[in-house]
Amino acid sequence: MGKEKELNITLKVWRQRGPQEKGAFETYQLEGISTESSFLEMLDVLNEKLVKERKEPVVFDHDCREGICGMCSLYINGHPHGKDQEVTTCQLHMRRFNDGDTITIEPWRSAAFPVIRDLMVDRSAFDKIMQAGGYTSVNTGGIPDANAIPIPKPVADEAMDAASCIGCGACVAACKNGSAMLFVSAKVSQLALLPQGKVEAAKRVKAMIAKMDELGFGNCTNTRACEAECPKAVSISNIARLNREFICAKLKD
Amino acid sequence: MATIDSKIPKGPLAQKWTNYKNHQKLVNPANKRKLDIIVVGTGLAGASAAASLGALGFNVLNFCIQDSPRRAHSIAAQGGINAAKNYQNDGDSVYRLFYDTIKGGDYRAREANVYRLAEVSNSIIDQCVAQGVPFAREYGGLLDNRSFGGAQVSRTFYAKGQTGQQLLLGAYSALSRQVNKGTVKLYTRYEMLDVVIIEGRARGIIARNLVTGKIERFFGHAVVIGTGGYGNTYFLSTNAMGSNGSAAMQIYRKGAYFANPCYAQIHPTCIPVHGDIQSKLTLMSESLRNDGRIWVPKKLEDAKAIQEGRKTANDIPDEDRDFYLERRYPAFGNLVPRDVASRAAKERCDKGFGVNNTGLAVFLDFKYAIQRLGKDVVAQKYGNLFQMYEKITDENPYEVPMKIFPAIHYTMGGIWVDYELMTSIPGLFAIGEANFSDHGANRLGASALMQGLADGYFVLPYTIQNYLADQIQVPRMSTDLPEFVEAEKGVQDKINKLMSIQGSESVDSIHKRLGHIMWEYVGMGRTKEGLETAMKKLKELKKEFWSNVYIPGEANTLNTELEKALRLSDFLEIGYLMAIDGYNRNESCGGHFREEYQTEEGEALRQDDQYSYVACWKYTGENSDPELLKEPLDYEETERKTRNYKN
Repeated sequence: MGKEKELNITLKVWRQRGPQEKGAFETYQLEGISTESSFLEMLDVLNEKLVKERKEPVVFDHDCREGICGMCSLYINGHPHGKDQEVTTCQLHMRRFNDGDTITIEPWRSAAFPVIRDLMVDRSAFDKIMQAGGYTSVNTGGIPDANAIPIPKPVADEAMDAASCIGCGACVAACKNGSAMLFVSAKVSQLALLPQGKVEAAKRVKAMIAKMDELGFGNCTNTRACEAECPKAVSISNIARLNREFICAKLKD
Repeated sequence: MATIDSKIPKGPLAQKWTNYKNHQKLVNPANKRKLDIIVVGTGLAGASAAASLGALGFNVLNFCIQDSPRRAHSIAAQGGINAAKNYQNDGDSVYRLFYDTIKGGDYRAREANVYRLAEVSNSIIDQCVAQGVPFAREYGGLLDNRSFGGAQVSRTFYAKGQTGQQLLLGAYSALSRQVNKGTVKLYTRYEMLDVVIIEGRARGIIARNLVTGKIERFFGHAVVIGTGGYGNTYFLSTNAMGSNGSAAMQIYRKGAYFANPCYAQIHPTCIPVHGDIQSKLTLMSESLRNDGRIWVPKKLEDAKAIQEGRKTANDIPDEDRDFYLERRYPAFGNLVPRDVASRAAKERCDKGFGVNNTGLAVFLDFKYAIQRLGKDVVAQKYGNLFQMYEKITDENPYEVPMKIFPAIHYTMGGIWVDYELMTSIPGLFAIGEANFSDHGANRLGASALMQGLADGYFVLPYTIQNYLADQIQVPRMSTDLPEFVEAEKGVQDKINKLMSIQGSESVDSIHKRLGHIMWEYVGMGRTKEGLETAMKKLKELKKEFWSNVYIPGEANTLNTELEKALRLSDFLEIGYLMAIDGYNRNESCGGHFREEYQTEEGEALRQDDQYSYVACWKYTGENSDPELLKEPLDYEETERKTRNYKN
């Protein structure tokens, strides 16, 4: 703080009316954007300006604006969530840009995430994968004491790291194959590591992979783009575990 | 005349919930399938309720405004969840959790509800562990705990600084399982716009498909509102951008009472405001007060030098630092409840001791924790919060203290519910932050997650059956009934009216003005005159909104400005309710601080003889003030005292 400056920038924003309609880039000029503001606050300024000009604002998904809900989803200058490491779009700040920059903003680019309008895409495929098996089959109530099964701290910590996935879809958007392997592997790993999830691990991994394939996500070819772009630094070693779990489960069939 | 019946079961406090469960009516499995339940919201309360009701065999329709249930704002809760497990052997118990919550709420919550909350708290932890929630553990493999404000025990369970995320994902996974089984049907990107009442009972909702703009009708034998709080009335808050109070206002207008609207929680540790295009405020978890020490300079000239950028925190020697919470509250120190910590920060900043360029910030310093524990331990406990802080402010909290300031965070007030979590409209329930029930005038840290999950997993699945047992003969109703048609028309008329104004002010610009009025006059320090001013200004602003707002685009398609306008139309009403409630309550308690009512030391001064009641506001019409009904609060188990966190 105290290092606040103002930027003049050019935006090239993808505008698309609906999933079936043709989209195109529109160019906008913005002046006097504070370096202390966030990227989405910069877009708020753009939208406020468009509304003042009696035009329709740019539609984009966003909600918590603190990097945890996974709703924001912009492809900024060729990177999901922008070039910075381990941030979501909402945590990206304008101090990372320079006066006079041109910033290109696109929606997630993946066949499995069709555009709804402008920068907003449909990620319901992720929910469908979760519904296929991303849970432990326990009803509410009648559960033994939480400390009944000790879990070694390193195992719990590893499960936590996998569980930190926010389901934003940056991994899919970054992948040249449009693969959802990092997303699926994060949930499979979390639950396979913990004794509570191990019970159904084999069934789960098969169901989630089958659903992932059915929904049109691509395969993993180990380019590691997903890991590099993941705002929560979910490790690609989870994909290795996913493959292991999957092969073991299939061998038992 | 309306009377308030809270339906608190008879018997000693510790037996009430057991007695209730032993005698309530149940619905048999074959009949459960025939009953439809609408659950609006997929946060901790909504998702856990939908999942549990689905698991019981009811037919559940679950709605959320986001693209997935996992986005609900419960996800952003950082610090933890309380439970009375006493794993630390430090003297915790159900009674103590109950007592701390009642006292923390400044003796303005219902004893029976709070006791039940404490009772079921332990089951929540068991449930979450079984779902695979990766809580923090000790090296021995058992669960770890930390401390939160307003307690002298360590009863808070946590998953790094992402506890809300992990608990919500647990509930979301349970919900996903039920979707797979076909007991729950999800409606994502849908927004409830009205409740449908047939013969005095809630029988459905009108909702707008946010992608197509289509208005749709849904029937339910019962309707459950789990749509969170109304903190965004202030425009700037720690709530998500989409968090809103509209479902609450829709049911209020249909006759549900709105209870204690003026109880808003101002969280002491948020990142300060940076400028006027700011869209939201970011919370820094209360857990940081376990190890961070809050201070401002002792000398005014040092504060001035910091404000002008001539000095930094590290230039101030220890002896010139005023650790004002430790000084004023030796017994609880930095872990006093939120309302107390917020007011203490305001007091220092009002006197000129603030530590950033606006003078509206205090330091939260980890230098001492790093000296005591080492950087690695601090990083392990708070690493992701430190990272989040650095991303936003570009300052490294390992090297310079954080700057923090209070911000609107949570609303204790909400829809009035009885012991069964039913509103004053039969068949209509409210759970989680959307109801008013358990936190009194101030919520303790790590208790929101506890209440949301308690309501959804362990309370509502019981109490809703007591209502539905009488509904098993009621067939699924057609949504062509005149009540549905009429409710839909009301929604359509409102949208048409908004779209036709075509004025010159954007939705956000009016919302920001609402926020300024609220923060100025209905914020941390309130006065009779200020509240009168607020009510006058709010009436004017409402008039301006309805005559001068501009919404581009069309209504029958995706339209984000229309969504915001509909929510703002309700925030304007909530703001007024908050002001009138604050005006009525001539005392200070918890999050409601009336400057006329304070002790010589500046602490909140309750007026128990006059205001020991829940203020329930009943809608009387578009242009008239609401009617006040009172639910008296009887304290059988606890003695009401002045809250003391000093010794």
